[in-house]
Amino acid sequence: MHSDVSTPHTTVVHPQGGGLVRTSVRGASVERAQGRIGLIFVSLYTLFLVAFGIMPSLYAIFLAFTKRGAFVGFDNFVKVFKDYRFLPAVEHVGLYLLVWLVSLVVLVVLLAVIVHAVGVRWLSTSMRFIYYIPGALAGASSVMVWLFVLDPTVSPVSFLLHAFGLGSFVETVQADHLPITLAVIAFWTGAGGWILVMYGALNNISRDVIEAARVDGAGPIRTAWFIQIPLLRKWISYMVILSFAGGTQLFVEPRVLSQASRGVVSQDYSLNQLAFLYAFKQSDFNGSAAISLVLLVVSLALSVYFVFRGGLFERV
Amino acid sequence: MNTLRISLALSALLVASPAISADGQITIWADATRQPAIEAFEAAHPEVKVNLVVDDGSSGGSGTFQTKIALADQAGEGWPDVVFSTQQNDAAWASKETNGVQAFAMPLNKGFLDQAFLDGYIPGALDPVTIDGTVYGLRNDLAPVLFWYNKALLDQFGYDAPKTWEDYQALGDKLAKDHPGYFLGSIGDSFEGPYIYYWSGQAPVFQVKGDAFTSNTTDPNAKKVIDLIDHMLKNGTLTQDSVFGASFVAKADHLVAIPGPAWYAGALFQNPGGVNAKPGQWAAAPPLTWSNGDKVTGNVGGGVWYASSHTANPDAVKTFLQFIVSDEKTAGTGGLPAYKAAADKWLDAQAKSGFYAGDFKGAISTAAASVWSGWGFPNFSPETAWAKVITPGLAAGKTMADLSADWQKEMQNEAQVVGYTVN
Repeated sequence: MHSDVSTPHTTVVHPQGGGLVRTSVRGASVERAQGRIGLIFVSLYTLFLVAFGIMPSLYAIFLAFTKRGAFVGFDNFVKVFKDYRFLPAVEHVGLYLLVWLVSLVVLVVLLAVIVHAVGVRWLSTSMRFIYYIPGALAGASSVMVWLFVLDPTVSPVSFLLHAFGLGSFVETVQADHLPITLAVIAFWTGAGGWILVMYGALNNISRDVIEAARVDGAGPIRTAWFIQIPLLRKWISYMVILSFAGGTQLFVEPRVLSQASRGVVSQDYSLNQLAFLYAFKQSDFNGSAAISLVLLVVSLALSVYFVFRGGLFERV
Repeated sequence: MNTLRISLALSALLVASPAISADGQITIWADATRQPAIEAFEAAHPEVKVNLVVDDGSSGGSGTFQTKIALADQAGEGWPDVVFSTQQNDAAWASKETNGVQAFAMPLNKGFLDQAFLDGYIPGALDPVTIDGTVYGLRNDLAPVLFWYNKALLDQFGYDAPKTWEDYQALGDKLAKDHPGYFLGSIGDSFEGPYIYYWSGQAPVFQVKGDAFTSNTTDPNAKKVIDLIDHMLKNGTLTQDSVFGASFVAKADHLVAIPGPAWYAGALFQNPGGVNAKPGQWAAAPPLTWSNGDKVTGNVGGGVWYASSHTANPDAVKTFLQFIVSDEKTAGTGGLPAYKAAADKWLDAQAKSGFYAGDFKGAISTAAASVWSGWGFPNFSPETAWAKVITPGLAAGKTMADLSADWQKEMQNEAQVVGYTVN
């Protein structure tokens, strides 16, 4: 059934392919002009990317394979892998990513589709505004808010915490609750922005397609499942890539929780915290760079996978 | 409260301290508790300009001091002139050069300060900061563990104040049976367990000899500590609430007695946000010991002031250090000053005020003279391992008997990572 609905129209739904400019002569000159402006836009970004992304990465690669300036092969990596804190940190970050990414994808798409389906204009606008508010708070300050929420003695939702059997802050931040707790914090801070992105993407789906689906008898759920979500594939991949890269670098949340709980959330909870300890507690910048590089390689590999699976750079 | 500390710590991390200027300004890193003392110095010495950067004083083994110095070392600038740390184990790293950068801590007894001045310290006060005969820091206060009890409540219940750990446990049994809800202490923070119970109980769980670290949680004394804590947790006479937390304060009128450091005087009892004791209600007694053990006790902190070897204003630093540790009105910053003349003044003033019942001066002096010297000061704190393993474990309903082997393992792992050999 769904193929009947989508096939006749798939060619026109992608935003870049829409009926923008058809005449070939004018099209070429506009494209050139756009290309020039594009270059200007990109150049500033590229400059920053080189200064704050690529150069530091190269420096990290140099550090990771050397010790006091001398090449040592994989010694730093071996040392880090053998560290008793490494595997638990991998496990912590892995679990957190699993909980967070799955809930992010499911809930963001669901909420975006719902908001998009809301016909009342003011309601839809205010919902989008409310979603976005937490995202306006910077990382550390939003964790501060959660310090209050998570402490049953002062929390505005202490009845909820008590309902889960959590009577003290120490119990709330027990190691086995943390992946969920951190995912909730991350969702609260980051999901709103993604809901808006998805909302924008949903707006780009041609009305023809949706109407065709309706004519064919698809209700809102079928439309979402067979039309909207498949067409959101690129944006979902994009969200997963960025969130994965951000998530592996988990640092601020456990660090602030660690200080607030006086170490019950350990200082070596996440990989980035471990890298931080290597650099500033053990004065071992080489080991620290090795951990960073591991994170970089894993993130890159998964990004490549999602870029190709998600068809992120496919032209239509 | 927590949040305040964090925001202070965070802002301290964010504010890069400017390079030392030649106009006589010195940059000081200290915690909020030290702020009034530093303001007193500014009033007494207007010729020295102070740039105070408030941080967490590395409390709980957070490592703020070392972290920020490592950053300055890497940057090649931004060192402060003076640093305050609540921990006693910073000399272990601050006395050594790292990655080719000179050791941060300035040797103080090799011509910087007069020996005559240093001799004014209470004997043994500088031991934690002395390495191979070189003194690397000045103790701010002494923090021997003694026994505090609520005389009014004990009289009311008709109990005697315990003198040994065995008496203490027995008192717990009586309270649990006859006066449930009344309690005898806390292990809700990461410092009480290691320093008040294990150190005072003469348990060899945190020892250093040269580059070797040893921890033995199965030693007979360690086992006694484990049994004591488990027993009193079970009958409810030890709480898992932090002594600085809201839930502890809420039930502080049910606190019958508590072993703890000298600085509980100001931080806990004479603090409206703490126990808020009435004059004559609480008494200080000599430390508890095992009935058949040595007359020793533990120690909880007692901060240390460090001078930077990078300072451009050694004279101002010298003036500051001498003032802050020996000025009779300021020294000790609320606790027992480590400098003898100031300590005597402080003890006399406390005794004269009559706030504490019993022989306050005698109790504190006994405690200060009997701190067990078997505890080590390696380049890490037992508190981080405690907070990671024991605090959440107990909260989840496990016992010290279940957890102590894991605690030992965690400390040994930490020791190995920072370069100690583990026996």
